[in-house]
Amino acid sequence: MSEKVLMKGNEAIAEAAIRAGCMHYFGYPITPQTEVAAYMSKRMPKIGGTFLQAESEIAAINMVIGVSSTGKRVMTSSSSPGVSLKSEGISYLAGCDLPALVVNVQRGGPGLGGIQPSQSDYYQSTKGGGHGDYHNIVLAPASVQEMASLTVKGFDLADKYRMVAMILADGTMGQMMEPVSLDVEKTEPVEKPWALTGTKCEREHNIVNSLFLKPEELEIENFKRYEKYKYIEENETMYEEYLMDDAEVCVVAFGITARVAKNAVNEARAKGVKVGMIRPITLWPFPKKPLMAAAEKVNSFICVEMNMGQMIDDVRLAIECKKPVELCNRVGGMIPTPEEVLAKIESAAKNGGAQ
Amino acid sequence: MSVVFEKPHALTDAVLHYCPGCTHGIIHRLVAEVIDELGIEGDTIAVASVGCSVMAYNYFNVDCVQAAHGRAPAVATGVKRSDPSKIVFTYQGDGDLAAIGTAETVHSAARRENITVIFVNNAIYGMTGGQMAPTTLPGQVTQTSPYGRDVEKVGYPVKVCELLSNVDGAAYLERVAVNNVQNVKKAKKAIKKAFQNQIEGKGFSLVEVVSTCPTNWGMTPQKALEWVDEKMIPYYPLGVYKDIYAEEEK
Amino acid sequence: MAKVTFETDLCKGCGLCVGACPKGIVKLSMDVLNAKGHHPAEVTEPEKCIGCAFCATMCPDCVIKVER
Repeated sequence: MSEKVLMKGNEAIAEAAIRAGCMHYFGYPITPQTEVAAYMSKRMPKIGGTFLQAESEIAAINMVIGVSSTGKRVMTSSSSPGVSLKSEGISYLAGCDLPALVVNVQRGGPGLGGIQPSQSDYYQSTKGGGHGDYHNIVLAPASVQEMASLTVKGFDLADKYRMVAMILADGTMGQMMEPVSLDVEKTEPVEKPWALTGTKCEREHNIVNSLFLKPEELEIENFKRYEKYKYIEENETMYEEYLMDDAEVCVVAFGITARVAKNAVNEARAKGVKVGMIRPITLWPFPKKPLMAAAEKVNSFICVEMNMGQMIDDVRLAIECKKPVELCNRVGGMIPTPEEVLAKIESAAKNGGAQ
Repeated sequence: MSVVFEKPHALTDAVLHYCPGCTHGIIHRLVAEVIDELGIEGDTIAVASVGCSVMAYNYFNVDCVQAAHGRAPAVATGVKRSDPSKIVFTYQGDGDLAAIGTAETVHSAARRENITVIFVNNAIYGMTGGQMAPTTLPGQVTQTSPYGRDVEKVGYPVKVCELLSNVDGAAYLERVAVNNVQNVKKAKKAIKKAFQNQIEGKGFSLVEVVSTCPTNWGMTPQKALEWVDEKMIPYYPLGVYKDIYAEEEK
Repeated sequence: MAKVTFETDLCKGCGLCVGACPKGIVKLSMDVLNAKGHHPAEVTEPEKCIGCAFCATMCPDCVIKVER
């Protein structure tokens, strides 16, 4: 059993990234993720890495592009308004097929919004955010331990598939402290023959580029990328099932709301309500199969989200609207209470899903 | 007989897409000649920008990354920080560097980022068909200043070398032109110094090259060269705007 | 003795070499069209060439090779 340390979620991300071999960090201060930058600013100089506070989120993500194009592991972190600014660069990373880790410790929006936790960037993260057809691998941690382990996983997936992996956390996950093991399972480094390392006058020059002026070429680039996405959907989907064997109501929640929802599920079970939970760990690829399987058994679904109902669309699509899906939500930095979720579960169970 | 002039090795065999008489081609060649002369082709990484020179990655025989509009200095910062032993340069136009990329330009200079910036100023957005640029001269007619640039309404041109000369981090700033043989030779010398500085770890070096756009200026290539002398150079005087090491040497 | 060679099919007929030649011997061949559809540059009186390479210096398309 490895030793555990007490850490903030944001710091766990930073330390895990370093242990995953990330030696370059570019960021810009924004609440509630600034601890990632502060931690990196302390650690990177001591290990010969790069910490650079950029002039903007836009500059930071473009510095990420620079490092990634040379084949090295690199990351940036921000919170919602900053991730909007990074979206240009994220689209370029997708178009150039470059790996990188981007962390979004979400806060309320739109606009400047607030600094309290939120999950309202679900659409932005899973449906694009920037321009063009692309996806990011989106990982949603629900504990400080997962903040660390999914960071490591994110780097591995990004390298393996040459794309952006995003940690979609929120202000609560970033700020809360929990015991965490930082043991990192080392994976084999991925060969990167495409990287810009200088030709040494021994090979053709490598070009990292997202411009394809001939439409037939750009179409092929998109087709190839979506072949890869299809493979990822089949092979990399992660989720947690909780008490689903005999469930008649299925709660769907990710991140911090999944923890709240789990409490509510336990309380409902104590009252004899047959309820379970599916927690997507990858928001893209979305766990469609287990949800569809659940739709064959349960009477109804409840989506618990800290937004106006975003993931609920994916749930409805995944189950092809076979069963009713209710929304249990708070927004603007408010967090649903277990009591609110419990009330929703009890009402769904009573109505047998025929609402 | 020996060869006194031929295409440099650091240029690929790709045919340049530039319009007839566009001096981008001369500037590409000067950069490639300098890369050849310094023997750095195998260790150089280019950052292409957005604008007419967007496809520079096809022309330079070095590893190359294509950056978003204005972001080349930030991308170059990442490349250089990743491997400081590489020689990293950006090749940017005036719209890219002096409008949308102003922040990246100023801050990479402020950090004294050890990169080389080749800044091509032809006072117009060429690739999109000749719109007003941050460097368009007062009174100059473009597609989006059809009655001439009215400085009262749209403001004044940005003089990049003068602006950056007030940034402490900038190490070397020179403005050159490529409108005649003598100026081309001086331009090459400046570009070589900007690369040499990087090799010696001297930090942010930018060469502003006053260039032409015969197509969008609506002139013959020869007339465009004359227009550089008549209009551009009086507004954008040539010369060294900053050289911190020259000052130290004195 | 100097020798100037033009890679004619790369020439865009811009004429910058014409203006640069101190001897006035570089001309656009108005009765020839190259693969690009331009009138390419040529040296009309090669014996007068001094191999200064001014033409090549001003050529934006690396069309010209100069030997001396």
